[in-house]
Amino acid sequence: MSMELSLSTRTVGDHTVLQVGGEVDVYTAPRLRERLIELVDGGAHRVIVDLGTVEFLDSTGLGVLVGAHKRLRAVGGRLALVCTREPLLKIFRITALDQVFPLYDSVEAASAGDAQ
Amino acid sequence: MPTVRLQFSPAPVHVRTARLVGVAVARRAGVSETVLDEVRLAIGEACSRAVALHQRYGLSDPVLVEMTDAPEYTVKVTDRAPVVEAVRTVEDSALMELDPDGPSPDGLSEEAVAAEMALALLTGLVDDLRVRPAAEGPGTEVSMSWPLYRNGR
Repeated sequence: MSMELSLSTRTVGDHTVLQVGGEVDVYTAPRLRERLIELVDGGAHRVIVDLGTVEFLDSTGLGVLVGAHKRLRAVGGRLALVCTREPLLKIFRITALDQVFPLYDSVEAASAGDAQ
Repeated sequence: MPTVRLQFSPAPVHVRTARLVGVAVARRAGVSETVLDEVRLAIGEACSRAVALHQRYGLSDPVLVEMTDAPEYTVKVTDRAPVVEAVRTVEDSALMELDPDGPSPDGLSEEAVAAEMALALLTGLVDDLRVRPAAEGPGTEVSMSWPLYRNGR
């Protein structure tokens, strides 16, 4: 058991929303990877990862998100991210991953944007 | 003489501890609050890199983290992996420059993406970043510095 990472899943329309909280780092990222693989293997193809309550995200976490992006694309799906905190947005800009992931400021915007 | 010296077994679970200590010492030293998030991330990336190298080589030696608060805040993270490999890894990564139109993650494994992102973050977040062979014994030292904006409390 770990206090550092929280994961919860819910459905919004035809999207699966994975709410991530706490710290995503070299220690906790494997749990995020496992959950995302479970979701995709379980048939979720339109996935929104809500990073709204993430306090820390490192390169390992970014690698997991890129991996999920690739897995979803391979099955004709799509990964969208919800991210509003400036420190996290800066990480996506520095790594140029803001060019890879659609980034939204709310789950509603992500599900609406994904429908277009 | 470092202000705070920390050694930890090369396991991912301890990287968080190193981050927390590193930020606590930075705050105490007088590093601007506005960059503490970046200090935390950079220390985490440097320590994660060291842990990954120790695991790759099956080394049980501890990772060394030294924090000094004068004349600026400096964190040195030293691993014990063979130097040639460690330096080569950094240089190889540096050669994988990010495509301005966006990286093409499809061609890279998750681990390789993470390694590339780690380097992008370290170079992007730390103005004063130095990577060099450790002063003693095998290994590589990653040194990062941030200016102090006020005297320690």
